[in-house]
Amino acid sequence: MITVVLVAAVKSVALVVMVLLGFAYATLLERRLLARFQLRYGPNRTGPFGLLQPFADGIKLIFKESFMPATADRLIYWLAPAISMVAALFVYAVIPIGPEIRFFGATVSLYIADVNVGILLVLGASSIGVYGVILGGWSSNNKYALLGCLRSSAQLISYELAIGLAVVSVVLTAGSLSLVDIVNAQQRLWFVALQPVGFLLFFIGALAETNRAPFDLPEAEQELIAGFHTEYGGFKFAMFYVGEYVGIITMSLLVTTLFLGGWHGPLLPGPHWVAVKTFAFMCLFIWIRATMPRVRHDQLMAFGWKVLVPLGLLNVVATAVIVALVGG
Amino acid sequence: MLLLDWLYVAAFAVIGLLLAALSLAIVWVLSPRSAYPQKRMTYESGVVPIGQAWAQFNIRYYLFGLVFVIFAVEVIYLYPWAIVFRQLGKFAFFEMLIFLVVLLLGLAYAWRKGALEWT
Repeated sequence: MITVVLVAAVKSVALVVMVLLGFAYATLLERRLLARFQLRYGPNRTGPFGLLQPFADGIKLIFKESFMPATADRLIYWLAPAISMVAALFVYAVIPIGPEIRFFGATVSLYIADVNVGILLVLGASSIGVYGVILGGWSSNNKYALLGCLRSSAQLISYELAIGLAVVSVVLTAGSLSLVDIVNAQQRLWFVALQPVGFLLFFIGALAETNRAPFDLPEAEQELIAGFHTEYGGFKFAMFYVGEYVGIITMSLLVTTLFLGGWHGPLLPGPHWVAVKTFAFMCLFIWIRATMPRVRHDQLMAFGWKVLVPLGLLNVVATAVIVALVGG
Repeated sequence: MLLLDWLYVAAFAVIGLLLAALSLAIVWVLSPRSAYPQKRMTYESGVVPIGQAWAQFNIRYYLFGLVFVIFAVEVIYLYPWAIVFRQLGKFAFFEMLIFLVVLLLGLAYAWRKGALEWT
């Protein structure tokens, strides 16, 4: 019993450290890649290849002055970044990064828990993340922040539906809500081949859910200064940043898990494949940011409600017909 | 075994909460403070803020919120159906088809009424 608890504790702490390191280097990756897309060098002075830059940034943010607008709602203003960060980290309890492996003669599973409603837990936690954005924007008592958080809430709830419908078709195909079962169902054929429409819906929804270009209206610099976190500085701002970048890693990991066969792949061991696929998707996120201009708000809502939602519903029906005909 | 998995999930949530609390504590303890009234004004492009930000805003956000609630509940109903779909066979398929058609009609109605327009 003690070994079981110890293994779980070590796994949890190791995963949190990995996710936070992943977050730190995701920011560096984005700055370096964006710089390359724009024919610049990007941060390359702090350590070899700029590898110490995230830590320099972190230390700088810790020692930044902390002040709060006098008219802000004090409690909620402090709570919002914490909500954002906890919700972003929590989903890693159920996302598998590899199958069970042999480790010092013991069988260790490369996930914290395999619960039977895994994907619902992930969707629920990402919905809670919205509260961080909305409460942060509202409690600052700043007009830019309020507009940013309103836009954000409208956008996130609209594109959450697209994601939810895409996941329903995946669940229909796999016959389970557990993420481990979903990956195992893709042993022979990845779901991206069976669910191309679902894949597109999920990916577009993922871009919108993480407030990324071309859907970065909640923090559109040219109109809203910094959107919902206008009044946040120092380490509280960094906590929102953790929420945003861990969200990108989560969405890349989810695309990998739901559509690209998770840890299945030739030659390399499982966790390596998960890492390679996730990294490729994070680069794609950044590439899209460097390429696409921002959409207008009316275009955003029209696209979500008049294209993605009907398409998602039709995709569910089509999947059901095919499963009924083939699977019986 | 399943209960143990849920315990792990709860423990992981506690680790996340502790981490967030630690971050806020770091801010509280380490960051310097020297606020004066001008610094603690909200940012409004450099001018003195006019009134509060907690004022009226576009009703459209509320409409989209309402439509979202309807469809979110519908998607939740789809999940249990999707899991046991293979065992239930044709009956469940046609029942859910009727449910989906009713909802598509609802979407078409909202569309027709202009609830999905942003003007």
